[in-house]
Amino acid sequence: MTLQECYTQLEGDYQDVTSRLPSEKFIQKFVLKFLDDKTIGLLKDSWAAEDYGEAFRAAHTIKGMCQNLSFTRLGSSSSQLTEALRGGVTPEAQELYPQVLEDYEKTAAAISAYKEGL
Amino acid sequence: MEGKKRRQKILIVDDNEMNRSILMDMLGDEYTVIEAVNGLHAVNELQKQASDIDLVMLDLVMPEMDGLEVLAVMNQRRWIESIPVIMISAESTSDRIKKALEMGVTDFIGRPFDDRIVRRRVLNTLLSSAKQAQLESLVAEQMYEKEQNSLLMIDILSHIVEFRNGESGLHVIHVRRLTEVLLERLAVKDPSYDLNRETISLISEASALHDIGKIAIDEKILNKPGRLTDEEFKIMKTHSMVGAQMLGGLAVHQGEPLVKIAYEICRWHHERWDGRGYPDGLRGTEIPIAAQVVAMADVYDALTSERVYKAAFSHEQAIQMITGGECGSFNPQLLECLGEAADTLQEQLSGKGEERKPQFELSSIVEKMSQHTELSASNRTLRLLEHERMKYSFFAAMSKEIQFEYTMSPAMVSLNAWGARSLGLDEIVKEPLSDPRVQAFLDNGLEEKIHAALYSTTPDSPTVSLEGKMNHGGTMKWYRFVMQSLWSEDEPPKLRGVIGKAVDIHSSRSYLENLERRASLDGLTGLLNLTSAQKQAEARLRDNPAENYALAFFDCDFFKQANNTYGHLFGNNLLIHIAEKLQKTTRVGDIVSRVGGDEYVVFFQYNQELEPIIHRIHSALQGENFDGFTISLSMGVATTEQMGPDFTAMMQAADKALYAVKQAGRGQYKFYDGSETSLTDAKGASVYTNQSEIIEFE
Repeated sequence: MTLQECYTQLEGDYQDVTSRLPSEKFIQKFVLKFLDDKTIGLLKDSWAAEDYGEAFRAAHTIKGMCQNLSFTRLGSSSSQLTEALRGGVTPEAQELYPQVLEDYEKTAAAISAYKEGL
Repeated sequence: MEGKKRRQKILIVDDNEMNRSILMDMLGDEYTVIEAVNGLHAVNELQKQASDIDLVMLDLVMPEMDGLEVLAVMNQRRWIESIPVIMISAESTSDRIKKALEMGVTDFIGRPFDDRIVRRRVLNTLLSSAKQAQLESLVAEQMYEKEQNSLLMIDILSHIVEFRNGESGLHVIHVRRLTEVLLERLAVKDPSYDLNRETISLISEASALHDIGKIAIDEKILNKPGRLTDEEFKIMKTHSMVGAQMLGGLAVHQGEPLVKIAYEICRWHHERWDGRGYPDGLRGTEIPIAAQVVAMADVYDALTSERVYKAAFSHEQAIQMITGGECGSFNPQLLECLGEAADTLQEQLSGKGEERKPQFELSSIVEKMSQHTELSASNRTLRLLEHERMKYSFFAAMSKEIQFEYTMSPAMVSLNAWGARSLGLDEIVKEPLSDPRVQAFLDNGLEEKIHAALYSTTPDSPTVSLEGKMNHGGTMKWYRFVMQSLWSEDEPPKLRGVIGKAVDIHSSRSYLENLERRASLDGLTGLLNLTSAQKQAEARLRDNPAENYALAFFDCDFFKQANNTYGHLFGNNLLIHIAEKLQKTTRVGDIVSRVGGDEYVVFFQYNQELEPIIHRIHSALQGENFDGFTISLSMGVATTEQMGPDFTAMMQAADKALYAVKQAGRGQYKFYDGSETSLTDAKGASVYTNQSEIIEFE
C-alpha cells in the first residue's frame, strides 16, 4: 500500500499534506507515530471517569494532530467533539463520542495495514 | 553582530509529543530547540535560561498550566518584553486568541502546520525582535553622533565667520566659556532665571553663533583697520538682524531649543540694559537673558583681544570699562556676576576652558534612550539580573533559607533551589494551596497563621514575621517566616502575593520548648506536675464536656514510715516505682500526675464500666512487695457524671473519698458518693493546695 492509498483509506487529504510538509518521508514518520500516540487512551479513560475537562483536552489534541496530518475524517469528528465539550458535557457530545472512536479505529486500521506492507 | 554566530534557541511548549516533534523536525536544522511538555515546565525553563531563549512557541490548551497562564507569568516577570512568543494552538475560538494577543503574543501559527509557513514566521519573528534590539542601540548611537555632528557644525560655522573677520578663532571659544561662567554665577544668585545645567550648556553652545550674521557683511568693512564711518557702522549693525534672519529662515529645526536660543542671541546681543542698543532698542528684562549674557561676554573678549582697529586691553582695564558703563549699560545682576568671577576669569579662559562637556538636549535624549532600554529589559539587564539571582541563591543556600515567592494569580509559588530541595518540592508549584505536597507543610494551623499575618500587612507596612511549626520530613520543626506582601497598583491596592523566606530556628526553639516542658514536669518521676495536669485536664473537659471522665486521687499508705525506716533514697525509689507502674497500667492519653509527696492523680476518659478500670489500676500496686515494703494504696475516685466537667470539684470529691478510705482502714479504693466528711471539714485546713506542698496525713 502506498502512503497515498493509506490516506484514501482513512479519508485524509493526501494532496494537502504533501503541499504543507517537507517530504513523503517526513509525513510517513508522523503518520506511523500516530499509532503510538496515547491521546485516544486518555480520551477513553477520561470519558469513562466522566472527567469532561480532560476529555475536552484529549479531543482538542486529537483534532490538532489530525489537522497537522490532514486526517480529514477523524479531524472533523474530533473537532466537533471538542466544540461540544468546550463548556462541559452536552447531549451532542454524547452522540459524537462513538463517532470519534469509530473514525479513530478506521484511521488506525488503515495506518496499521500500511505499516505492515512496508 | 560579528564573530561566531550563535544558534538561536527556541522553546517549544506543547503537551502533545507529536506536535513538538513535527516542529522540532521543521526547525531543528537551523535552531537549537528545547521542549516543554506543559506551561509549568515552560516557566521552569524560562526561569533557568530566559536570557538565552530567543523565541517561545506556545500551545494554549495544556494540562498543569495553560498557555494564557504562561503568558501571565511572562508578563509579570517582564520576559515578554525581550522574548517574542508565537502561538501554535489548534484553538480557534477568537476570544482566547484575542486574549493571547493582548498579553503580548507576537504571531499566531494555526493548524495545520505548513513547513514553509512555520519556518518563515519563526524567521520573521526572530528577525524583527533582533532588529528591534539592534534599532535600540542604533538610535542611541545615532543620537550621540548627531550631538557630536551639530557641535561640529556650530564650530565650523562660527570659525568661518571668525576667519573672514580676521579673528583668531579663540573668540568663539572665549565667549562660550565666559557665557558659561556668568550663567553659572547667575543661576546661584537668582534662581528665578531657572537656569539648570541643561539650559546653561544650551546657551553656551548657541553663543558660538552670535556673529554668524557677519557673513553677509562686506569684508572691507569687517576688517577695516580704522574707525568705521557712520554709513559703515550702519551696515555693520545689520549683522545681528541678518544672523537672526538666517536662523529664522531655516526650513527645518525650527522647534529646536538650540535654534530658538541662537536666534535670540544673534538678534539681541547688541541690545543694552538702558534700551540704547540695537537693532530693536529693547530694554531691561525685555532682552532675553541668553542675549544679555552673550553681549557681556562678547564685549569682554573684544576688549581683551587685539583687533585690527585696536590693541588689547588688560583684564583689569576691561572689567573696569564694563562696570564703568563705557561699553553701554548691563544688567546690574550680571555686572555683579562679572565682578565676582573677575578674579578667576583669566585663569578659566586660558586654562581648560575649551573642554567640552556632554551637550544640551541631545545628551538627555541619549540618557532617556538608555533608560528606555533598561525598562525594556535588554538582554544585558536580564543577564545581570540572572547574575544577581545566582548570587542570591548561593547565599541563600549557604544560610539554609527557604525563599519563596507566591503569586495569587496565577496561583503559583516559586522556591529557591535550596528551599525546593530541602522541602522536596519542585521549584515552581502551581496552585500550591490545593497541592497535597505543599499542603502537608502547611498543616497544623500554619497556613491560617501565615494567612492572618499577611492580611495584617498594608502596602505601607508590607513586612511581617512570625514563628510557626512546619511539618518537615515527618517531624514538626520551628521556622521563622519573614515576608513582604506584594500589592497591585490598583486603587485601592489589592494583595497580589508575597515574597519571603523561612529560616529553620528549630534548635533554638526546641531548647526553649524543652525548658518549658521541663517546667511542667515533676522533677523526680517525670510525671506531669499538678498545674500542668490540671491545665490539660481542663482543656479536655472544655473540648469534650459531654464525655465521661474519672479522676482517681490516691496516696501511698505508711509512706512516711517507710521513708523514716529505709531512708530518703528508698522513699524516692518507691515514688519512682509507683510512677512507672502507673504509666504502664494507664493508657497513653491518660493524664498521670504526681501531686506532691506520695500523692498521685490519674485522670482519664472512659466509656465502659468504671469499676474494673479502677480495680486494675489499684491492684497493679496494691500488695506489691517493694524491697521489703508492702505497697498499699488509698484511693478516692470522682467522676464527671457526678461532679460535671469541673476539675477542682472532682479533685475535692476524690479527696473526700480518699479521706474516707483512710478513716476506714486504708488499702482500698472508694467512689465518691457524697456521704464523706472531708479532711478539710475535719481539720479545718485545705488538703488539696498545690503540688509544691507535701501533704502529710500521718
